[in-house]
Parts: sequence; structure tokens; C-alpha cells
Amino acid sequence: MTREEAGGSPAGDAPLVALRGIVKRFGDLTANDHVDLDVRPGEIHALLGENGAGKSTLVKILFGLLQPNEGEIIWQGRRVTLDNPEDAADLGIGMVFQHFSLFENLTVAENIAVALPRGESLRDLDKRIAEVGARYGLALDPGRPVWTLSAGERQRIEIVRALLREPRLLILDEPTSVLTPQEADTLFVTLDRLAAGGCGLLYITHRLEEVKRLCQRATVMRAGKVVAACDPRVESVSRLASLMVGSEVVEVRPAPAHAAGPVRFELRDLSLAPTEAHGIPLAGVSLAVRGGEIVGIAGVAGNGQSELFAAMSGEVEAETQEAVRIDGQPVGRMGIDRRRRRNAAFVPEERNGHAAAPRFTLSENIVLSLHATSGVARRGLVNGAMARQLAAAVIKAFDVRKGGADPMAGTLSGGNLQKFVVGREILREPGVLVVNQPTWGVDAGAAATIRQALIDLAARGAAVVVISQDLDEIFAIADRIAVIHDGRLSAAHPAREIGREQIGLLMAGSGEGHAHAA
Amino acid sequence: MRLELVPRRDVPAAARILAPVAALVASILIGGVVIALMGRSPAAALDVYFIQPLTEGWALQEIAVKATPLLLIAIGLSFCFRANLWNIGAEGQFVMGALVGSILPLVTAGTDAGPWVLPAALLMGALGGLLYALIPALLRVAFGVSEILTSLMLVYVADLTLDYLVRGPWRDPKGFNFPQTVNFDAMLPYLAEGGRLHAGLLFGPIAVLVAWFVVQRTLFGFGVRVSGESPKAARFAGFNPDRLVVAAFCISGAMAGLAGIVEVTGQIGQLKPGISVGYGFTAITVAFLGRLHPVGMLFGALVVALTVIGGESAQIALKLPLDLTRTFQGILLMCVLAADALVSYRVRVVTTARA
Repeated sequence: MTREEAGGSPAGDAPLVALRGIVKRFGDLTANDHVDLDVRPGEIHALLGENGAGKSTLVKILFGLLQPNEGEIIWQGRRVTLDNPEDAADLGIGMVFQHFSLFENLTVAENIAVALPRGESLRDLDKRIAEVGARYGLALDPGRPVWTLSAGERQRIEIVRALLREPRLLILDEPTSVLTPQEADTLFVTLDRLAAGGCGLLYITHRLEEVKRLCQRATVMRAGKVVAACDPRVESVSRLASLMVGSEVVEVRPAPAHAAGPVRFELRDLSLAPTEAHGIPLAGVSLAVRGGEIVGIAGVAGNGQSELFAAMSGEVEAETQEAVRIDGQPVGRMGIDRRRRRNAAFVPEERNGHAAAPRFTLSENIVLSLHATSGVARRGLVNGAMARQLAAAVIKAFDVRKGGADPMAGTLSGGNLQKFVVGREILREPGVLVVNQPTWGVDAGAAATIRQALIDLAARGAAVVVISQDLDEIFAIADRIAVIHDGRLSAAHPAREIGREQIGLLMAGSGEGHAHAA
Repeated sequence: MRLELVPRRDVPAAARILAPVAALVASILIGGVVIALMGRSPAAALDVYFIQPLTEGWALQEIAVKATPLLLIAIGLSFCFRANLWNIGAEGQFVMGALVGSILPLVTAGTDAGPWVLPAALLMGALGGLLYALIPALLRVAFGVSEILTSLMLVYVADLTLDYLVRGPWRDPKGFNFPQTVNFDAMLPYLAEGGRLHAGLLFGPIAVLVAWFVVQRTLFGFGVRVSGESPKAARFAGFNPDRLVVAAFCISGAMAGLAGIVEVTGQIGQLKPGISVGYGFTAITVAFLGRLHPVGMLFGALVVALTVIGGESAQIALKLPLDLTRTFQGILLMCVLAADALVSYRVRVVTTARA
């Protein structure tokens, strides 16, 4: 009954948990450098920081997934060691991860049952799920298989899983990254109710508006250290941003005025069955991108973005030649190399293992995507010297920081590898560029470099398609915006004429009809 | 308590090269313990297994003869293994190569057919292995059947086919009912008069050079390496995964088939059951002992051939069973794989103290 007692005095001053002087090193990298943090019952505490600031490492320590090299964890005034997540759960610490760990083919109730501690009765599980759902606004049908659910519903499963163990502290890692703005609003209601019930919440994010709206206190991390602790309600967004980044935020320069040219890349009523289990079928996708413009494709993760990218790039061929056109030429039945020879270029979402092979050197990774269009492979032979030259050119033009002369791609930091894989394509001066998640998980400096390069490429006359889940990014660089939902693409609206509200509705699948020719 | 493998960040190149050497030393130590438990002197066994063969001319020749099929098969297998394809049926492809390659020599035996028979037989041998390896490759590409199962099971089909032929239609009518064919006229010439070294040995170094060139310098070799390392990156690079599966199996099968017909026309001179003493399986050890690198596999083949010759001497000199040699080869493969894992990963002991 501690929940009710705590509920009587929310935001009490005695911390629920306190981290003192936490240090975590990975080899030469110090991911956490003497970090202090405390969370009180009934508060929503923001842990702010850029990707790579050390937030995830810190919460993994708090959840028993990692052990700190130094420092201590004090739970309700008592020093504890957390050897594994089970220890943390026994104390009353719950966690909702950014990436869900659900079995697609099992039902909601089954997915919740597998996460319950051994020996717990499953008899009234459906009832308990309904109870928790009603109390916190987490509507779920226990009998539905997971693969039929949206990202928001999947996240509810993760939250219910955590709540069934009646946590005193709930950690949420970037919970809104997969939600529409409307789904995020629903989540915030749930979180407010949890806090009012006395649960302490540690809310990890780099989205500042959310923090201002939701959180009473914020701890800001940068490069492994705590750089500020503040009340986000009284700080401005730009002040929070500069605390996070460590300098004024770099804005991209808009392109000089240039007229849109002829249509260079076009999809005409493209429909495609998924190639993988539980993939999203593409249905009647049409889009026309002119030279000189950037079209942003917004959408919640898992609505067909990777399938759309594969169909655009030719990694999966379309059913008809007419479904995809590059510079007016039908290429639907052509594979990725033949599309590249028509001066199109592509950057997939995952840099490690898709855009680049992590255990191959940078120059070998040049061969990976350029062998069909440059002299690095002639008559079936690889020209290593030329690949090294091209790699050096990309490294220089995009300021890629690396160790060693020709290191393995996997040894580069996320931002630097992303600059390399984007730069590799841009240096070719493609007429068409399709990028999926150009700046996912990279630092602000690298993101600004990449976005600027995309804007400049379009200004030089290329047609650029940017698939992104980051609405801020899309509004920062796109001339027109289309939204993908459940494998269907909305019409592309001029960015100046469409608001976040309307995009949010499209992301959730309501609003205007789909499949208009753009 | 459980053990976890944590990837190491930086692995020095020297550690990767020394890992197989460490594995060899470890397996010799384990083998020594086994021999001691059998009541024999490990020092004497070490001498017979590893030292004596290196000091006698006939044994050195024999090592080269035994190493050749191992090397040829391992080089073929390395293309599959690099592409993350588990062809463990090289033994069957070896037998099928020997069998198909023997058709012409059998038909022309006793006639004065020209010198074309031998090269044609070698080609047909490679082709036989290739076609036989195509079965698991196509089953995988078309239906997603695990190549591990199909390639392994086809070994028994090949063995029994050979058995049937030499006991039935291909049996030498003047062979006193022994299950064997007539002796071939088309045989690989000896490199030196009175020695054991036949011309088939030349295929080994040639294969090393060609394989090195293909893997390191050609776009095809690049595609094989990428598709094993990250299949999605290979698709992004425009390499057709199905075509790579078929190509890797074809190379692997052709090399095993060539090894089979070289063994028959190089030293056995006829078909009979047991033309392979498990070369196709032992070559898997050779491939990993050599880290899938052509030069590495050359050394790997010589080391393993040494244990085979040493094992034969040990049977005579120390009355140690042949099974011990096979056991040793198994221990060696385990040690090589373990050493690879330990070089790439750190072992972490996780203690679960549940309340």
C-alpha cells in the first residue's frame, strides 16, 4: 500500500533513488563521468542530452544492465548493487525501452505473461491488464496478436508490462520517438496519472518541447557529464538546447532562390507485396520530385518506410517497369546498380550493416556502393588505389574524423560514419538522391553538415527524397512534405502550407484521402 | 551463473594470426593427456606424430600427397564459408567428382585412346562435383532449405552410389569379386621417377594463387565477402544473393570434385569403396585452421596431413588406434574455433544472485 501513502505527498523531498559519482568506462571512452542524479517520488524528471551524451548508459546502470566502474546507487536511503534487471525490478524499478522487445506472433496477453516473474499466476491476467489499462488510460485488447498493432499500442504493452510489477520508479527511454503527436499526447496523460499516483518517472529524451510541458526537473548531460540541473518550466527551449549541445545550435542555411526543374524522380501507382514476414505492403504510392526540390516523407516508424526505400532504390524491384521513373526513363524492373548508372544514389537507414559493412575498411565501403558507377571496378577487378583516393576525397569533403589510414567502418562514431555514407553518394553529384533517416542518432554538428549537404545538392538541381521520422528535420529542409501511413503515401504538400497538426493527423492515418498523384 | 561473450573492440592482427598456432599447441597438449590416459608415453607419441615424419623423405612426399586433396577442398569451401554458407557435404562432392571423372577412364581402359582422356576426365570430375553441389544450392535458393542438412545428407547418397557401382555395373569382371573397377590407363604422371609426387600436386599451389586473386582483387570475391559479413549491405551493393549462393557452391563443388578425380587418377588408379578417408570433412578443419586465407589453408593442409601420416606411423610403432588420429583432428577443429572466439570475444562471468 506504499503507492497510496506516497500518493498523499507527491514530490516529497527525500529522493526515491540517488546516483552518486557514477563512472562507466568502455575502453578509452568514458561514457559516464562522475554523474549525480536523483529522482523523487511523484516527479517526472527529464534526462536530457544528445545522442551519445551517456543517457542510455546511465539508465542501463540504474536498471542493472550495466555495472558502474565507480559510484553508488542509493535506493530510498540504502546503498544497493544491481547485478541484473531482476534486482532492479525487485526493488521496484521498471523500464520502457526505446526499441520494443515483443513477439510479433503472440498476443498482447502472451507478451505480457512472458515478462512476468516466474511463479506468478496467469489466471486473472486479462482482468489485471484491463484494470491497469483503465486506471492509466492504456487501452489494450489482450487477445490481439502484436503484429496487428500500431507502435503506440505496442508501447502500451511495454508500459503495462512494467506497471504490472507495481514499480516505484519508471524509466522511459525516448518514448515518443515512435509516436504520432496525438499518440504522444495520450502517453503524457498516462505519465501524469502515474506521477500523481506517487511513482517517480525518469524521462529520457532530446525533445525539448516535451520536457517543458511534462517535467518538473531536468538533468542535462553532455559528453558523459552532467552539465546542468534546472527547472525546464522556467527555461527557454533555446537555452535548454544550447545546454545540451554546448554551443549555439547550428541552423542550416536555406538554399539560394532557385526554380524547380523538370520531374527527375517519379513513382506511379507503385504497389508492392512485402518481402519479409509482417512487412508492410505498399499500396498505390505516387510521388513526383522535381529537380531542385527536397521532398520530405514523414511517418511513424514501421509504416512502410523501409519497404518504400527498397522499392525506390531497386533493392526490391517493382512489378512493372513504369512504376518508377528516373529522369523520365522507366526503371521499375531494374535493380539498384542499373538505377545508379542512371545517376540515382541511395542512402539506407542503418549505417552499420546496410549502408556500410562494419568490418570492411572505408575504401572497401567505397567499392560497396560505387562499383557500378565509378572506375573502382573495371572488368570485374577492384581498383584498390582508386577506392582509397575516393575514400580520401569523401573524408576530406565531409570532415570525417577517423583513426588510422583506412580504418574499418565500424570503428567510426555514428556521426562520422553517417557523414561518410552520405558524402560517398553526394560526391558523385547524383541527379536523384533518396535518403532514409539521414541523421538518425548522430550528433548535432554532423546532422547540420548532412542537412546542409542535402540542401546544397538540391540547389544544384538534384531531386532529393528524405524519409525521416524527425518532423523537425523535415520542416528544416523539405520544400514539400508527404506522409506515409500503413504503406500509403499522402499527397505532397508545400512545407509552408501544412502545419504539424495536419501532419500528425496524416501520420495517424486520418485526414484527407491517400494516393493522390502529387 | 552464466557465461557471456562480449565483443572485443580492437583485436591486434598478430593475435588473429597466432590464434590457430595457439589452437594447435592446445590440441597437442590435450592429445598428450589422452595418450597418457591410454598408458602410453606422450613424448614418444609426439615424436612419432610430429617429428619423425618431418625427418624422412618418403614421409615428406606422403604429406604433400595427402595435403593436396585437403587443400583443394578447403579452398573451395572457403568461398562458401566466407559467404556464410555451410557446405558440409564436400565429402559427397569429392566422391561424386571421382565417380563422374572416372567414366571416361573406365570406358577407354584397355583401348589406345589418346592423351585427351586425362584432361577430359579431370574436367568431368570437377563438373561432377559442381553439379552435385548445385543440388543443395538450388534447394536453398528456391525453397529456403537449409544447406547444412541437404549437403550433409547427400554425402551418404554419394557414398552408396559409389558402393553400388563398384559392386554392380562397374565391377571389374576379372577382379575376383572384389568391389572395385578395372585399373585406369589414364593416370596423372609422376613428377619424378620413383617418387610418390604426381602431377596433381601442382593444382594445390595454382589454386592458392587463383583463390587469393579472386578473393582479394575481383568484384566477385568482394561480393562473396560482403554477403557473408552483412547480407543487407551486399544487397545494397547490388549483388544478387541467390546468384552468390549458387556461385559459391559451384566453386566449392568443383574444387571437391577435382580433388576427387585427382586422388583417383593420381594415386589410387581405380574406383573402390573408401577412396576418401574423410577428406571432405577434414578439409573443414583445414579451412578454419587457415583462417579461410589461401596461404593459411596451405599451411593448414600440411599440418593436418602431417597428423594423418603421423597417425599411420603411430598405429605401427605405438599400436595407437586410427581413431585417435580422427579424435585429434576433431580436437584441433574445436580448439581452432575456440581460439577464434576467444580472440574476437572476451568471456564475462555473469553471476545471477536471485533473491
